[in-house]
Amino acid sequence: MGSPAVKKEVPVPHPLEDLVRMERIPHIWCSGCGTGSVFTACLTAMKNTGINYDDFAMVSGIGCSGRGAGYINIDSFHTTHGRAIPFATGIKMARPETNVIVFSGDGDLFAIGGNHFIHAARRNMDITVICVNNFIYGMTGGQAAATTPHEAKSSTSMGGNPESPFNLPLLAYAAGATYVARWTMLHSRDLADSIEEAINHKGFSFVEALSPCPINYGRRNKQKPLDTLREYHANTIIKNNADPGELGIDFKQKVILGKFVDIEKPSHDEQYHRLYHETSTKS
Amino acid sequence: MKYWRVPLDSEEVEVTQGVVHIIKDRCKGCGYCIEYCPRAVLEFSKEFNKNGYHPPRVRAEGCLNCHYCELLCPEFAIFSTEATAEQAAV
Repeated sequence: MGSPAVKKEVPVPHPLEDLVRMERIPHIWCSGCGTGSVFTACLTAMKNTGINYDDFAMVSGIGCSGRGAGYINIDSFHTTHGRAIPFATGIKMARPETNVIVFSGDGDLFAIGGNHFIHAARRNMDITVICVNNFIYGMTGGQAAATTPHEAKSSTSMGGNPESPFNLPLLAYAAGATYVARWTMLHSRDLADSIEEAINHKGFSFVEALSPCPINYGRRNKQKPLDTLREYHANTIIKNNADPGELGIDFKQKVILGKFVDIEKPSHDEQYHRLYHETSTKS
Repeated sequence: MKYWRVPLDSEEVEVTQGVVHIIKDRCKGCGYCIEYCPRAVLEFSKEFNKNGYHPPRVRAEGCLNCHYCELLCPEFAIFSTEATAEQAAV
């Protein structure tokens, strides 16, 4: 009996707090930056797989999204610029049971690290590569990157970018990736499901996540963060199994999202094990 | 919710109710959750948080616990949990 005690509101922890180094939050990503959303989708996907956190490793390169490895509360590795995939390859070869996730940006993975990307895809390394594509070198001041769309403005192309950007899913497919998907950070649920699928996929999986950079890309291209998201809503179409050749991003046609490639192929560590461990025990 | 046709089992289906939790001091005021909440239950509050942003606040009842704000928020600042029977009755 007695008067009902005044209920003290116990703060409920955020469901992802066990996966994040909370002492480092708030993170450095700007207000309106989509990297945080992609990171949340990635953590949600890792949680949904049900795999023990000790069996994961996250590797990041340099750049805004490269900070991801520093914020995650599992084994992680913040590597040198462009070399996230070689370090991930090393982890995978030393500990083949680990699920290695590379979380990095378009500049790190496709400009300075482009060669590493194509060769890891060619070998069908069993790693999951998540590329946060914000169309620009965000951290260094908004220079035109290898993914900046044609005619987009950047600090080194004030009159519009004269170059053509990479078509990342085509590049991944042509190099030999066995799982390729593209989503935007606004399609968070699809993105999280896709990352979960990519983690469970055996072989080189690549997920491209389009993400706004309001400070360095949006400001020069007259897009507030919410305008970019409305663009993602209005100017994208979902077309699974689309031909990778038609996935280029420009302002004249709609951006195609979806899962484009999902094929089975023996991964590098399986082949390596078969050729070097199984045969040596036989002889 | 408005239906163009009332589903035949609408009386049997229990619609989940959610409670929105907002960690105000983590918010950086991007407004994504407010713009994209499917039930439009959020709005900018007038108050400032410790970093000088206006965090969202719950404007109206109607959260369905879809977790979309939780997935979209870049700051780990908003999430929803399923309402307990006691909270749902209120």
